[in-house]
Amino acid sequence: MPSEFFIPDPDGQVPSAEGYFGAFGGKFIPEALVAAVDEVAVEYDKAKHDPEFARELDDLLVHYTGRPSSLTEVPRFAEHAGGARVFLKREDLNHTGSHKINNVLGQALLTRRMGKTRVIAETGAGQHGVATATACALFGLECTIYMGEIDTQRQALNVARMRMLGAEVVAVKSGSRTLKDAINEAFRDWVANVDRTHYLFGTVAGPHPFPAMVRDFHRVIGVEARRQILERAGRLPDAAVACVGGGSNAIGLFHAFIPDADVRLIGCEPAGHGIDTGEHAATLTAGEPGILHGSRSYVLQDDEGQITEPYSISAGLDYPGIGPEHSYLKDSGRGEYRAVTDDAAMQALRLLSRTEGIIPAIESAHALAGALEVGKELGKDGLIVVNLSGRGDKDMDTAARYFGLYDTDAEVAANAADTAEIEGDAK
Amino acid sequence: MSGAEFTGGNRGLLSDTLADAKAEGRAALIAYLPAGFPTVDGGIEAIKAVIDGGADIVEVGLPHSDPVLDGPVIQTADDIALRGGVRIADVMRTVREAFEATGKPILIMTYWNPIDRYGVERFTAELAEAGGAGCILPDLPVQESALWREHAHKHGLATVFVVAPSSKAARLAQITEAGSGFVYAASLMGVTGTRESVGAQAQDLVERTRATGTGLPVCVGLGVSDAKQAAEVAGFADGVIVGSAFVKRMLDAPDEAAGVEAVRELAGELAKGVRRQA
Repeated sequence: MPSEFFIPDPDGQVPSAEGYFGAFGGKFIPEALVAAVDEVAVEYDKAKHDPEFARELDDLLVHYTGRPSSLTEVPRFAEHAGGARVFLKREDLNHTGSHKINNVLGQALLTRRMGKTRVIAETGAGQHGVATATACALFGLECTIYMGEIDTQRQALNVARMRMLGAEVVAVKSGSRTLKDAINEAFRDWVANVDRTHYLFGTVAGPHPFPAMVRDFHRVIGVEARRQILERAGRLPDAAVACVGGGSNAIGLFHAFIPDADVRLIGCEPAGHGIDTGEHAATLTAGEPGILHGSRSYVLQDDEGQITEPYSISAGLDYPGIGPEHSYLKDSGRGEYRAVTDDAAMQALRLLSRTEGIIPAIESAHALAGALEVGKELGKDGLIVVNLSGRGDKDMDTAARYFGLYDTDAEVAANAADTAEIEGDAK
Repeated sequence: MSGAEFTGGNRGLLSDTLADAKAEGRAALIAYLPAGFPTVDGGIEAIKAVIDGGADIVEVGLPHSDPVLDGPVIQTADDIALRGGVRIADVMRTVREAFEATGKPILIMTYWNPIDRYGVERFTAELAEAGGAGCILPDLPVQESALWREHAHKHGLATVFVVAPSSKAARLAQITEAGSGFVYAASLMGVTGTRESVGAQAQDLVERTRATGTGLPVCVGLGVSDAKQAAEVAGFADGVIVGSAFVKRMLDAPDEAAGVEAVRELAGELAKGVRRQA
């Protein structure tokens, strides 16, 4: 029986054997990692064609994760989106609260196949870290999670979750102390411990085969959404909308729609305080092609190739790179990318909470804000699928400070001061 | 690609220097120091000092915002250099002044993105013009290096590739075939930084690299910090590469002048080490 939930790209036109999506991708890694990265590629290729692997992963995706995830229509929210019909792909309802678990379970199975006993991962918002810690608990693997120090503060709840699950969480104090620096530190660990360690990379960036493999594990999002929207609305959507940090949830939603030329694929990048302020993480909007973390893609950098420090209120999108397949989609014109400010995302977060009783992650709120714009552009005949990539529980402290939801004025003032400090650090 | 296209760069000087050390029955001492650390001029003085102390070859680090293959010591130095505003023009000046003052082979070691962004032709032309001998680019693997090698060759610059204990025989053959100048054998699996001991896998890697039949000298780096380790490595390698230990001396010094004297002294100790051979 063919796999229902592990649905790798059937065409395989991109990437090339060398890992290139057009001009983007490749494998820019130190010699010490070449053997390990090649091993991942070989093992993944074997696993992809092994019905037993698909059966085991399907079983986990159904009975552990809870797939398929729902497609929820949100009419009260859609009233603010020009009257277009809006459906949310509910990856927030997956076990651990985001799409990240799709990829993590696949790579955890792969880790076991490779005979490795230890897993490391980077995390920004903590969602990938929590999912990885969860899979490691489930599979009995040793687990170390690297997280920027600023992110350990703004996503403290997820730090506690990871520790509860038995993972070691290392707060990374170098550079901008966010996701980029967590990845740097994870690479340093991997180089030193590669013989027994798998780097369970959390997004569709990094050296080949990670961009293609992570995409394949998330491809189920779009495959389900496409089937569900056809059942529910009787037609394909005008637009599929997702937030883009490294780009994993977006590519997961987009990929099954790529052959549907009439479906616009719209990625929403974090504009932070505004592109003009320089305080943003809108890589495709404001970056240039370069090499970061093992592949060629758009990168936020200066004129001499130094990576510039990104900023976003959302820890999960606060990254100066982007998966190479998104760069390819952008340059080919198949994908559209627009930037959404902190404020627009936070307003969308509150709007969805109050109109539909769904509190989204701040990351996903960027996609919701984008959908509000796209809906107005499409008008009342429009049909939009938004990937609700994660739930907002982890963001309640940030949101409470942003909207002043804490009880006492003194507390609100104190917390506002803390927020200012965090934002200052990210500059 | 033929030797007739040579212009500018000091690839030949690098090979001659390594050959001379071999003729003396010793390993070469190769020092690493980042440009712009603690200042551009201070960095140049430090390089002159390590050569004065006995280093045969110097690798000048071009600082990068994301040095994923470096440990905390070189990360800190890169940070200081970048916060000081070091630019590629400053790195080129460092190479030029170090070469003009000493006549020794000076290489640049850096990550690929700064060169990719700057432009490969522009970078290689400027490095050759400054008197540089070549580059070590640890995150540019051989299969992505064709464009770089074409321009490096055109300008008479060596391309030094890194091999690791995890490199298999076929890979070692591919790398030694494509590389020039020397082969950088990483003594262990890990990032830069001083270690208590240099692993036994270093000797094994040197032997496996030579077994490819390459004529290139094989030099060992990562973890070497003192004369005793240098002597040990000199017993089986053509060159001993020391980086973090120099940078640490600079970081620990109370001021720039003291740092320069400290690296001169360390170079002197290491130069004795590579002549002793444990």
